[in-house]
Amino acid sequence: MPRPSDHGGQARPTDRQGGAATRRRGRAARLSERPAAPAATLSDSALLARGYDSGGPAPLLILACGALGREIAALIRANGWTHARLHCLPAILHNHPDRIVPAAAAALDAIPHERAILAYADCGTGGALARLCAERGIDMLPGAHCYAFYEGVEAFGAGDMRAFYVTDFLVRQFDAFVARPLGLDRHPHLADDYFAGYERLIYQAQTDDPVLTAQARRIAARFGWAFERRLTGYGALATLG
Amino acid sequence: MSDEDEIILSELDDDELVQQMFDDLYDGLREEIEEGVNILLGRGWQPYDILTKALVGGMTIVGNDFRDGILFVPEVLQAANAMKGGMAILKPLLVETGAPRVGKMVIGTVKGDIHDIGKNLVSMMMEGAGFEVVDLGINNDVDKYLGALESEKPDILGMSALLTTTMPYMKVVIDTLVERGIREDYTVLVGGAPLNEEFGRAIGADAYCRDAAVAVETAKDFMARKHNQMAAG
Repeated sequence: MPRPSDHGGQARPTDRQGGAATRRRGRAARLSERPAAPAATLSDSALLARGYDSGGPAPLLILACGALGREIAALIRANGWTHARLHCLPAILHNHPDRIVPAAAAALDAIPHERAILAYADCGTGGALARLCAERGIDMLPGAHCYAFYEGVEAFGAGDMRAFYVTDFLVRQFDAFVARPLGLDRHPHLADDYFAGYERLIYQAQTDDPVLTAQARRIAARFGWAFERRLTGYGALATLG
Repeated sequence: MSDEDEIILSELDDDELVQQMFDDLYDGLREEIEEGVNILLGRGWQPYDILTKALVGGMTIVGNDFRDGILFVPEVLQAANAMKGGMAILKPLLVETGAPRVGKMVIGTVKGDIHDIGKNLVSMMMEGAGFEVVDLGINNDVDKYLGALESEKPDILGMSALLTTTMPYMKVVIDTLVERGIREDYTVLVGGAPLNEEFGRAIGADAYCRDAAVAVETAKDFMARKHNQMAAG
């Protein structure tokens, strides 16, 4: 079957190595790929890719996953926790759990604080975040998943294994956080590989927002899942300060 | 686009074609892989040689680039899908031609866990490497594993888990094997994103496998040791 040549017919390994001209990129190119510094604004795109820092100094450091940034900031405002500095790591680290612990340790080292709370659950780190907290003598959120404590870890239990859980953040960022990293924008058929075992979407709503609810419903429909909405509020996050 | 930009697979010599199939696997081009397999069969290649030299060779490059962070899961799944296309043609022929069987594996995702992408990749790569694979699917309790071990009599038990909450179940299975006095009858390999070597050791597995390529190499290594022991015994 004739088809366009992507690689000029050369073997992939040869292409990859290329000539010196294509392999030499220099330090400037590498530095340009470094993640940008945490943003000072609470936009979803910043929370996803760059993280956020509310600025300090403050005695209490809340070191959080970007996926929880807006919710924690809302609680800080609502409760007047002026003693707290919120620093969020990029939420996209969730897709590479092995990078969460080094990033959290670096932030704890870099940001002055008297007391720190880690607003992460285990989040796929296989207990490594709990070990970091034990070493540093700091508290972290309970449970295996950062969506467990919205409902309360005990009430959530092991969760429903055939349910895909989303929060306000995940509904807003579904394409950037889930669909694009999984290649579903380019290869929609891969949904069968990823999601064959799921039967329903459970939307844990932190806020009562009809627009987000409609969006969540559309995500469920896209994959043929049943839809359930639970208005959880902020759950265990409300006691952070 | 000019004709010069098109590749006619049937016009390539064997070496060029195999190299092109590496490329096409890398790009996840299923139809082209199927075409390449059929061309090599037409040229008298043995199915086992096509499998190992063209398909597994190509998937090894994909696996290495996944490990090195050059490729990501979507691209690996596309490549796996292309390899499946080639395997579907070769499988019946491999049985007919009596291709060598390296060993047999029973594999499944543990109870409470429905994630199976990694397990499926391991199954496919193991088959490509000449293992017979019995895939138990997702959400397997200890009885299901034990039943399969008894009925299938594999050399290797593979267990997979994606969740921190489900990975401890691997220990339940291994402890049950120990209680029944059959732990030493099998090589137990474990894998999954939240696992690591330390966890594998702690639960009494023979090895933790970081990815599908490592699983294949580890399985082959244990099979070689087993054969050596039998030869020495």
